[in-house]
Amino acid sequence: MNIVACVKQVPDTEALIKVKPDGSGIEEGGIKWVMNPYDEFGVEEALKLKEKLGGEVTVVSVGPARTMETIRTALAMGAEKGIHIDDPALYNADAYTTANALAAAIKEIPYDIIFCGQRAIDGDMGQVGSILAELLDIPQCTIVTKLDVGDGKATAVKPIEGAQLVLETSLPCVITAQKGLNEPRYASLPGIMKAKKKPVDVKNAAALGISVEPKAKIEKMTPPPARPPGKIIEGEDPAAKAAEVIRLLREEAKVI
Amino acid sequence: MSKGVWIVAEQRDGALRKVSFELASAARKLADELGDEVGAVLLGAGVEGLAPELGKYGVDKVYVADDAVFAQYTTDAYAAAVAKVVKENDPAILLLAASVLGKDLSSRLVGKLATGMASDCVELKIEGGKLIAKRPMYAGKTFGEVSVSGSPQMAQLRPNVFPANENAKAGEVVKFDAGVSAADIKAKVAEVQQDTSGKVDLTEAEIIVSGGRGMKGPENYNIIEELADVLGATVGASRAAVDAGWRPQSDQVGQTGKVVSPNLYIACGISGAIQHLAGMSSSKYIVAVNKDPDAPIFAKADYGIVDDLFKIVPELTTAAKKIM
Repeated sequence: MNIVACVKQVPDTEALIKVKPDGSGIEEGGIKWVMNPYDEFGVEEALKLKEKLGGEVTVVSVGPARTMETIRTALAMGAEKGIHIDDPALYNADAYTTANALAAAIKEIPYDIIFCGQRAIDGDMGQVGSILAELLDIPQCTIVTKLDVGDGKATAVKPIEGAQLVLETSLPCVITAQKGLNEPRYASLPGIMKAKKKPVDVKNAAALGISVEPKAKIEKMTPPPARPPGKIIEGEDPAAKAAEVIRLLREEAKVI
Repeated sequence: MSKGVWIVAEQRDGALRKVSFELASAARKLADELGDEVGAVLLGAGVEGLAPELGKYGVDKVYVADDAVFAQYTTDAYAAAVAKVVKENDPAILLLAASVLGKDLSSRLVGKLATGMASDCVELKIEGGKLIAKRPMYAGKTFGEVSVSGSPQMAQLRPNVFPANENAKAGEVVKFDAGVSAADIKAKVAEVQQDTSGKVDLTEAEIIVSGGRGMKGPENYNIIEELADVLGATVGASRAAVDAGWRPQSDQVGQTGKVVSPNLYIACGISGAIQHLAGMSSSKYIVAVNKDPDAPIFAKADYGIVDDLFKIVPELTTAAKKIM
């Protein structure tokens, strides 16, 4: 089976994010970069599938030179090879342009199933997997918490508000991974050593023959709106303090 | 030239979901500013009768494809139908819900229409005739203002953030032929497993009572559930509580869980790790109960009680019972 896992390098969840003074982006100094947590679920599922059905896993990523660390992490977890799409015109690209770059690279290799994280925790757009599926003209199952692949089809569980859908699709398809799908493995030391020798193709936009004309643009970034300072309910008696909060919620906030 | 502000209405089992009215109201506001009409796409089986409800919230025309093939949401059928009617009518702006199915549909449409979209927006405005959509990024640690150069300019609206205002318009039904058949559906819904808890989903709840590490164990959530019952609230949890196995994954609020924006969020024994705040800081009112006065949650809280939650939460239940 030919399995593809798309990954993105993002700031660690604990990273302090500071907007540049001109609002053009974030300050990248001091940030610890990691594999997007949702992509880790995708890589893990790709590896589990390979272990069950045989085949190989190709990791694909778009990003600057540092992205190679994240590709090597996936290779150390057990993927066979990587494709690194590195082009300054694609750094911080919008979802369509990113998906278009991934699609161009993936079209050049055989694929039966493609994993993406359901969203990346930096831009929080959650679009790339679906756009990729559309550009490859294959079905999608998004935000998936359980997957079973066999007999040329995939069965996926997708929680929605108040219910769960069980989806069935032919292959090839795109699966976007949600937390709960699996527990990603850590790279082993021998895995890390082996990863250094695994092949990674580096390509730019021209080599892929794609347009880098953006479809959406971040005009400016701002810090989150400040909330007005709250009230701390003082006192010794728990019952009195609780009653005061309930009173405020009813009379001042009017939310109960 | 592209004209009109459109929405894709979301219905489930023949009833419009609340977010559809929020979409209609937000679209009406933009359309009034642009001097345009509001169009809504409505797909389903036996749904034509819902059009007047959309009219009530400001929709001029409802483009309806009423067919058994749309009885259940599928990406393939819905995306093909919406793409077709959008291409035929060329609206300038297209708004969808940032609900689970809205995210799936809208993202596929971005691919089909080769355009851009601002996901999970909390504010919309028009500048120089163009849509500017404000949205949290980095889990709400920053906000970005996004413009779309493709057409239509697409945005997903976070449920529960935009008000639903009645503003009666014609809601005229325009039927269209979606040209979709069952054979076009590659990813099929084999089964729908209804959640039988009878609780409103976290992402749609108006009140949430959440418990974190301070709950000390799964056996103590009964006090959270009792308060939630009295308030008609849904129970949530922090990542710490979910990772410890105290609560199911589906209860998690935060950067790697659900993003919620209820009218009231009561955080009990939650310190307010940045990844939790990311999931709930757009709540309209926040109450924090924590014995650590330095817990970061207090910086976000409208009302805070610094005390032992095991003393306070049952008293909140008692006090609430008296007035509810």
